[in-house]
Amino acid sequence: MGLHMQEKTARPEEAPVPSPIVRYRGVRKSYGELEVLKSIDLDIAPGEKVAVIGPSGSGKTTLARLLMTLEEPTGGTIEVDGELLWHKEVNGRLVRADEKHRHRVRGKIGMVFQHFNLFPHMTILRNVTEAPIHVLKVPPEQAREEAMRMLDKVGLADKADSYPSQLSGGQKQRVAIARALVMHPKVMLFDEVTSALDPELVGEVLKVIRDIAAEGEMAMLLITHEMDFARDVADRVLFTDGGRIVEEGPPDRLFENPRSPRLQSFLSRFRAGSSGGGAGD
Amino acid sequence: MLWSWDYTLKILPGLLRALPITIAATLAGFAVAAVLGLPLAMLRRSKYKTVSLATRWAVDFIRSTPLLVQLFFIFYALPLYGISLSPFACGVIGLGVHYSTYLSEVYRAGIEAVERGQWEAAVALNFTRAQTWFRVILPQAIPPAIPVMGNYLIAMFKETPLLSAITLVELLQVAKTLGSQSFRYMEPFTLVGLLFLALSYPSSLLIRKAEKRLNRRQSTRR
Repeated sequence: MGLHMQEKTARPEEAPVPSPIVRYRGVRKSYGELEVLKSIDLDIAPGEKVAVIGPSGSGKTTLARLLMTLEEPTGGTIEVDGELLWHKEVNGRLVRADEKHRHRVRGKIGMVFQHFNLFPHMTILRNVTEAPIHVLKVPPEQAREEAMRMLDKVGLADKADSYPSQLSGGQKQRVAIARALVMHPKVMLFDEVTSALDPELVGEVLKVIRDIAAEGEMAMLLITHEMDFARDVADRVLFTDGGRIVEEGPPDRLFENPRSPRLQSFLSRFRAGSSGGGAGD
Repeated sequence: MLWSWDYTLKILPGLLRALPITIAATLAGFAVAAVLGLPLAMLRRSKYKTVSLATRWAVDFIRSTPLLVQLFFIFYALPLYGISLSPFACGVIGLGVHYSTYLSEVYRAGIEAVERGQWEAAVALNFTRAQTWFRVILPQAIPPAIPVMGNYLIAMFKETPLLSAITLVELLQVAKTLGSQSFRYMEPFTLVGLLFLALSYPSSLLIRKAEKRLNRRQSTRR
């Protein structure tokens, strides 16, 4: 599949194609009889913003969950920054890697979830400092400073001492973004991060993500139902359906000139129903 | 047989003297149960099938055999293998191990009530397995379990008379001795009942209060 969609990559000065930060090769995932992903090949360049759109159940969320090691692929390999994520090579053969190996490789990936998943028993500040202090071993004072800076960036510095239950959905999601950012991942996954929000709160979250995207250095995989957002932010858009990447390309081309009939019908259905701001399912 | 107040007053100090050992056995037993119950609950969630199955089997086995039999086993059978402990130690171990299986189920319910998203967030932040347990899951799983654990504490307290069977001089044992000396059983056993009531009823009220406070706190936090 097309691996050379670098037209809008954030760093045009990096001469030829840089080696990808994420590489899916023949990745499959099934649950019993149900095949959710059927042989996915996908490269993401460092700093590249890739949006994934597609109907519910098309496998787009699974794509992200396999990379975050929340679920194990049934077949194929995933590489992160040149290293296998789920496998290890032993005497020229691929074997399943242990948790220690995954722990190391997974440090380059971050994720923001649909349902925020903030830690309810910790203050906002502790939500953001806990992992840097205990996983990255950042000195507590430094971790707090960075957390406050990050909370300020997402507009929630004044909520540092609140608990998640005292925040709105949009605020929770912005905290979740700050919490993921302080881990400095090379790739950040956004899994339908606005789907659980009231419509009036979607904008504030998307704005934060746009700002982060503009900074450029971090690659992003955005699983989304927000077409305008995908179009604005992404360097490249993938359309998944039935467990395959059916079509991909730069956002303008993909949205203006969808080639496959399935994408055409998906987009037209979406446009018809988009006045409600809902997802196309 | 008529109730004799004279006799009642005469035996009361002796019974009260047995109370501390009863309470001590309860608290020590509960501490063992609370400490042992947690790893049992965690092991049941092990990703290694043999570990989780073995744990489950052990828990079911201990829960399905009578405490009294276990006490006899520890007190009378273990010495044959060179392990000979005081009645108090046997009682604490017996109560503790037996109740650890109940408490492990209480912990387990608390652990299972923690949303899957919390585990996933812990993976995404790259916590180790141990950090996930102790920083993310257990702080959420244990507080709601505390009132239920309190109920088990009271239940356990009421089971301490079983320890008289392994010669521990607790309340019932003292009452039995008193009775056999004077052939008056009414007063000692009534007093034993009242002493248990006097301790367990206020405790249960306390637990109910703690439960209410906890529910309030949880509803503001979630």
